[in-house]
Amino acid sequence: MAYIDPHIHMVSRTTDDYRRMALAGCVAITEPAFWAGYDRSSPQGFFDYFRLLTEYEPQRAAQFGIRHHTWLCINPKEAEDPVFAREVIELIPEFLEKPNVLGIGEIGLNKNSRNELEILEAHIDLAAKSGQMILVHTPHLEDKLKGTKLIMDAIESDGRVDPGRVLIDHVEEHTVRPVLDRGFWAGMTLYPDTKCTPQRAADIIEMHGTERLWINSAGDWGPSDPLAVPKCQQELRRRGHSQETIDTISFNNPSRFLGQSDRFSAEPLVPTA
Amino acid sequence: MSDSHDNCPIDSAEVIRKYFLEHRAKIIDIAAFLDRVDRADGDGASDYRIQAMREAIRIAGDLQPERARRILELLSDPSVEPIEQAPMKGAMGAHDPESDEGG
Repeated sequence: MAYIDPHIHMVSRTTDDYRRMALAGCVAITEPAFWAGYDRSSPQGFFDYFRLLTEYEPQRAAQFGIRHHTWLCINPKEAEDPVFAREVIELIPEFLEKPNVLGIGEIGLNKNSRNELEILEAHIDLAAKSGQMILVHTPHLEDKLKGTKLIMDAIESDGRVDPGRVLIDHVEEHTVRPVLDRGFWAGMTLYPDTKCTPQRAADIIEMHGTERLWINSAGDWGPSDPLAVPKCQQELRRRGHSQETIDTISFNNPSRFLGQSDRFSAEPLVPTA
Repeated sequence: MSDSHDNCPIDSAEVIRKYFLEHRAKIIDIAAFLDRVDRADGDGASDYRIQAMREAIRIAGDLQPERARRILELLSDPSVEPIEQAPMKGAMGAHDPESDEGG
């Protein structure tokens, strides 16, 4: 069954993961820029990272018939130095012309600090001026509830970006309703220890429906699972949900949101390898 | 939109049959973890995370709906204003009431 993983950090995954994802039905992914697990020592490090996301990674994905798309930003984990962060943001516009770039992301907050908020507002400004969609990272654990509210307030306060072109990711039981009620799209990240398990994601679908909701693995260098999306499909199947519900959450909804960019495609791609 | 809103397609007996053993294991893990904290040297019982966990267990055992949401809210920072500076990159899993940060 074809699926889309709309949030996964393939630069941290092996080529074998691409092979396994393709075998499980993955036809398209989107890869937001993120924190590499260490702070880059210069903006040039981001220039190289953006080239990786826009030039090399699409070729690696295409070997297995997976279409690769990306989002660009400096992650809030590296936003505590606003001068450095603004130098990185200045690099982004030239990459927005690349054919696999869908927008600005994953931006947001990490510890809900004033510097992080300043850089979030700078990213929102860039998205508004350049007509880009936004993919939002919400904070971890005890910081998520407060951070999700601050992020939504910042986007609404700016007022230039339609909430229907913003996906707020990593929602859980305490944040999904406010996100949907304010008109944003919501993403559930399937992690083994933090965020949602496939079982809890299925519970949230049962309680809140499938409208403007998707699932993703956010697979990266930490505890995570690049096959989390098909495992959640299996969880929904285990409970007797319809194929329509499974397709809506794992293919049609990501296609609808991402399809607001004419650069997104989930059409079959002949493997290049 | 799905017609599954507010509805699990299987009945409660089937939910229990499919999931009981998995969650039996998890609750014994939690009990064993609290035993381990008690057996270890130090004053683990007064740690804010252990206290939050005990309150979360109380919520999990009550008869009110949306236990998961309420436990996540219990574990969340209740302040509303941005903090002055990020003290670290990670998170602890529960809000420390004695933290100086936050509004």
